[in-house]
Amino acid sequence: MSESKVRTGYVRPLDIKHGQVDMAHGSGGRAMAQLIEELFAKYLGNEYLAQGDDGALLPAPGAGKLVMATDCHVVSPLFFPGGDIGCLSVHGTINDVAMMGAQPLWLAAGFILEEGFKLADLARIVQSMAAAAKAAGVPVVTGDTKVVERGKADGVFITTTGVGVVVPGMELSGNKARPGDVILLSGTLGDHGMAIMAERESLGFESPIVSDTAALHGLIAAMRASGADIHVLRDPTRGGLATTLNEIAKQSGVGMMLQEKALPVLPAVDAACEFLGLDPLYVANEGKLVAICAESDAEKLLATMRAHPLGVNAAIVGAVHEDAHHFVQMTTGFGGKRIVDWLSGEQLPRIC
Amino acid sequence: MKYIDEFRDGEVAKGLAEAIRREANPERRYHFMEFCGGHTHAISRYGVSDLLPDNVRMIHGPGCPVCVLPIGRVDQAIRLALEQGVTLCTYGDCLRVPASDGLSLMKAKARGGDIRMVYSSADAVALAQKYPEKQVVFFAIGFETTTPPTAVAIKQAAALGLKNFSVLCCHVLTPSAISSILESPEVRQWGTVPLDGFIGPAHVSTIIGSRPYEFFAEEYRKPVVIAGFEPLDVMQAIRMLICQVNEGRAEVENEFSRAVDREGNLKAQNLVAEVFEMRKQFEWRGLNVLPYSALRIRSHFAEFDAEKLFSLSYQPVADHKACECGAILRGVKRPQDCKLFGTVCTPENAVGSCMVSSEGACAAHYTYGRYKDVA
Repeated sequence: MSESKVRTGYVRPLDIKHGQVDMAHGSGGRAMAQLIEELFAKYLGNEYLAQGDDGALLPAPGAGKLVMATDCHVVSPLFFPGGDIGCLSVHGTINDVAMMGAQPLWLAAGFILEEGFKLADLARIVQSMAAAAKAAGVPVVTGDTKVVERGKADGVFITTTGVGVVVPGMELSGNKARPGDVILLSGTLGDHGMAIMAERESLGFESPIVSDTAALHGLIAAMRASGADIHVLRDPTRGGLATTLNEIAKQSGVGMMLQEKALPVLPAVDAACEFLGLDPLYVANEGKLVAICAESDAEKLLATMRAHPLGVNAAIVGAVHEDAHHFVQMTTGFGGKRIVDWLSGEQLPRIC
Repeated sequence: MKYIDEFRDGEVAKGLAEAIRREANPERRYHFMEFCGGHTHAISRYGVSDLLPDNVRMIHGPGCPVCVLPIGRVDQAIRLALEQGVTLCTYGDCLRVPASDGLSLMKAKARGGDIRMVYSSADAVALAQKYPEKQVVFFAIGFETTTPPTAVAIKQAAALGLKNFSVLCCHVLTPSAISSILESPEVRQWGTVPLDGFIGPAHVSTIIGSRPYEFFAEEYRKPVVIAGFEPLDVMQAIRMLICQVNEGRAEVENEFSRAVDREGNLKAQNLVAEVFEMRKQFEWRGLNVLPYSALRIRSHFAEFDAEKLFSLSYQPVADHKACECGAILRGVKRPQDCKLFGTVCTPENAVGSCMVSSEGACAAHYTYGRYKDVA
């Protein structure tokens, strides 16, 4: 009998000739990573794109460095408990810039509008963007608008691009996790994803779950001020914490061990996930971050995060170790062990 | 979560693990099949095997609805969507099951098929009401647990007088699958699948009760313990099975007494009997064609039978030559014994059906346990 030799991380190449885009390519999981690697990175590749983070670290005239990040937003429904596509599009890109250790400065916004979309709804969305940008101190300084025929889009799609300057001494990347490092999470898992899920008409259940959408650069500034030796910051959006940690493990060439009992999850989110057969580890967040730091600074960093309004439920959830296979594993609350794999397929389309 | 966390308690698990270690005779090996994918998933997700002694081995059974769905049935659904232009509704796991020509329902959707994931059969009926100009077909799969909701949907459609709703019925029966495994030469003659007992289905048993398993215990002398889908349920059932084996008993015991009794849900059974009847035969993936193992829609409800409405013929299609799903579903091989496992067959690009659903033996091992193969 010929036994399989599992090839870690092996993915059958994209079938460019016959294949078609399917919804899994937008899930944030392994299928999307493959599309980026085998198509976008292959043809558009350069030293900055090759950094493989959520934003690019760029040289700037003078001594400093710039970070540039972009994010498309296609969330459905456009309005959901705790937010809407407007504030989400501001928070999402600010967070991508901030996770690179940069102070976000400016945003650009591109709108694709569908013919027939109500101006009153558009006004609500733009007002929400304005409020979010003002609160964050990051103005929208340029933009573009296109309109497509009815049926060619779904109301409004928004793309935002952010630029920031790197704070000296804060060069972060997903490739800087080291064995012995500690993994911290800034709060409860899955709030955004389950808030969207509960709103989808077909499910027909009511829940008190509210999206966690928020700009995290303030929390990061506090973390930076603590002086802790932070190696990686990343916001676990689509694909959830599980996929984010797998990305980092791959980029850094390390393994990770999570403690299931330490993962913060709101009871309502936990119950909704249970009901729908979902795992909070894979559900999207829009106002949470993962921080990986030197073990000696973990407690100090945790205390700093908990003292900030966006980090009150922060927790130490695991540690980094050497592993040639780059597995993210977890000690279950039950006392066994298992892999925490990349998101496979798609949990819920158009989450952000 | 109340009534859930209690059944996932690590401290209780430690105690049970210790009890199992004490009960298990170190002089012998124990091989138990968990019939249901729900149990397979629980075992992998919570790491139950890590708490079992080395001489207790769990064998994954065929009770994963999408795993036993043959290519020919998925092809029928795809043809309905792509060639007949229907709105095809089905449960999420079905979307990625590999079919002919490298297609799946998800890929057929990308080719323009109107294919929708629904959480319940009632959603499909609601869609038909909302879009009277569309033909809505519910691709109904699953064991006895999902059958009553399909019966409800058909009766609801009849009551509403819907002319644009029908069901492609692929519901299968648990006892037939258990018989097929017990009758297989690997179990009966060759002994290549040592089988000392079964963990019986949880949700299926809430419908059919514990009585149908009595035949297996008596006729084949195999103990059956019906268990819930929580990890402590599984551990407790394993302990009960070990006791039966040690004492030479072969009985049906019920660990899941909080939800299952001997007779099951009579109301649901009557509803199913009213709407469905036995098919003479049905092809299962991995278990081949089994007599009286699946249901079809009674002629009284023929106007809701997509097979009749769209004159569908059934074309059996062989699995990929190197795919071991059949042997894995019968407990003859383990996922890691298949040379496609983790190489060309992964959850993103499943070749076999066991790699699709989180309840499938291959997907469960790939997603939760493959670190053990390279350790």
